[in-house]
Amino acid sequence: MTRLLASFRIALRALVVNKMRSALTMLGIIIGVGAVVAMIAVGSGAKQRIDEQIASMGSNLLMVESGSATSGGSHMGAGTTATLTVGDAKAIETEIPGVKNVSPMIRGVAQVVYGNQNWSTGIMGTSPEMIEIRGWTLSSGRPFTEQELDGAVKVCVLGKTVADNLFGGIDPVGQIVRIQKIPFTVVGVLTPKGQTTWGQDQDDIVFVPLTTAQRQLFGQAFPGMVRNIAVQAWGPDEVKQVETQMIELLRQRHRIQPNQDDDFSVRDLTEMMSSREASANVMSLLLGSIASISLIVGGIGIMNIMLVSVTERTREIGIRIAVGAKSQDILLQFLIESLILSLMGGIMGIGIGMIGTIVLSSFTQWPILFSTTAIFLAFLFSGSVGVFFGFYPARKASLLNPIEALRYE
Amino acid sequence: MDAVAATNHTVIQVRDLTKIYRFGEVEVHALRGVSLLIQRGEFLAIMGPSGSGKSTFMNILGFLDHPTQGQYLLEGISGESLSRDELAEIRNRKIGFVFQGFNLLARTSALENVELPMIYARTPTLKRKEMARKALSEVGLAGREHHHPRQLSGGEQQRVAIARALVNQPSIILADEPTGNLDSKTSIEIMGIFQRLNRDLGITIIMITHEPDVASYAKRSIHFKDGIVVDDRENSSRLTAAGGGRV
Repeated sequence: MTRLLASFRIALRALVVNKMRSALTMLGIIIGVGAVVAMIAVGSGAKQRIDEQIASMGSNLLMVESGSATSGGSHMGAGTTATLTVGDAKAIETEIPGVKNVSPMIRGVAQVVYGNQNWSTGIMGTSPEMIEIRGWTLSSGRPFTEQELDGAVKVCVLGKTVADNLFGGIDPVGQIVRIQKIPFTVVGVLTPKGQTTWGQDQDDIVFVPLTTAQRQLFGQAFPGMVRNIAVQAWGPDEVKQVETQMIELLRQRHRIQPNQDDDFSVRDLTEMMSSREASANVMSLLLGSIASISLIVGGIGIMNIMLVSVTERTREIGIRIAVGAKSQDILLQFLIESLILSLMGGIMGIGIGMIGTIVLSSFTQWPILFSTTAIFLAFLFSGSVGVFFGFYPARKASLLNPIEALRYE
Repeated sequence: MDAVAATNHTVIQVRDLTKIYRFGEVEVHALRGVSLLIQRGEFLAIMGPSGSGKSTFMNILGFLDHPTQGQYLLEGISGESLSRDELAEIRNRKIGFVFQGFNLLARTSALENVELPMIYARTPTLKRKEMARKALSEVGLAGREHHHPRQLSGGEQQRVAIARALVNQPSIILADEPTGNLDSKTSIEIMGIFQRLNRDLGITIIMITHEPDVASYAKRSIHFKDGIVVDDRENSSRLTAAGGGRV
């Protein structure tokens, strides 16, 4: 202990004596650790954002879309015609085990007007469960009810963006807005969810009862047609089974022959998001490794300076060995020197990395997340860089021949 | 030369010491068979021209180098089969070094320079400071503990080095041309310190010098030439530094 303390003091003194050189050496480590901390923060921020989205989208969710229209032999893409009906939704809910919630919906874009304000937004006609499935909560008012759905009552729930644009500061609940010139009573306002990772504003939306949307807003050739059906399974294990049975059921109901294609498509949203998450992981790994390279370059800087330092202080090392320093004493002294450099560089790097990340995210709006584990690891990593790259110069110093070292000019 | 047998008072016992340096094909015989006994409390001056082997001899006495052949015992201990670290420990406990170029650590206070051997002896901090202070006052530097080498004169620096050499209470002090970088007045001061340490504390001092004046402060002089001892005698006309006159 005495020895460690003594070596520590000797090492610290040597570093203080060469302030400029120590600072420059540390800079390499500071940049390396700072980059690692920043990259991990950006990477985990992106990952966390995706996790939140999975949660906000509703877990164990399958999305059935009505099939593609065929016009002159070319497919128009999923959802271009409405082949699904409210009856399909009912059948899924009653006939397939493992289904928790079913919510048919139709979507459209319409002009919403309040007073002299107007806003063009997405209108979602759906059942009250949908609001719950998608993990929405209300900041004021209430969602519309089953009764309002059955009665095709003209009520609506506004997303935050829509509410802000039409009402400014006023509470919209109880007010009348016009959607395609038809008056709707606002019963609730949603809590904002923010943007998706691909930059879509989730709060730019208006929810209305499905029936109201069908009858009043989006006139359809066949009543009861819907664009999508959201199906929520009870748990992650049931999702696959529900998907297979649902496809089977819908093919039956739509009288599709075995050799014919489905006139609908099913997407597993959770799976889609998981793959997004996986790619975010790969990205943060990539960023992390690039940052680590700069940390290693910083380590080589330490080695370089320590080698210069050993050569410069050959005489000092000779004196120490002559008066009784053992190899270990010298080794420890130089190892501690490089460890102090790298750990102090590590601490400063963590600080600068965090500040840099916060500044960066305030400009770019990137989500960031600092994890204690990552920061601790960066610190540990910088320490091991110090030991690893400090060892060779320290060993070289500890094995100097005292006679030659004392003669060294 | 081995006429006198070693006794309890013998500190250094050297027999048939040879040292051969090899530089590729060329062999240099630095020592060609040196035998010597040094008793406790002696003050010995080693003289001789450059290349006579006196520095090589000193390195071997200081456990900094191994002889090619022959035997060297310091208080009965041979360094022959000892590891690098064991040699370091013997140097630390039994030998104090004083060099021509002082060899103090730059940017380090006098006190800390004197503490250095005790750091490696694992002496506790408080005791270390106390002993370093004592050693500095022994060489007349009380009150200059916190001066750095650059703030001290050559003579003062050499005194710090002497304090460092004696602080671990070694069996011998080895001084390699301790006055080589000093003017004659300062040289006499340093010799005065050596004489006092030798007389009052009974420390054995072995000093290399090529100045006959300086050598005459020692009790005994030996002369090296071409790797052997050619002359070994008591100083009949010894100088004392304190009075500056003959005894």
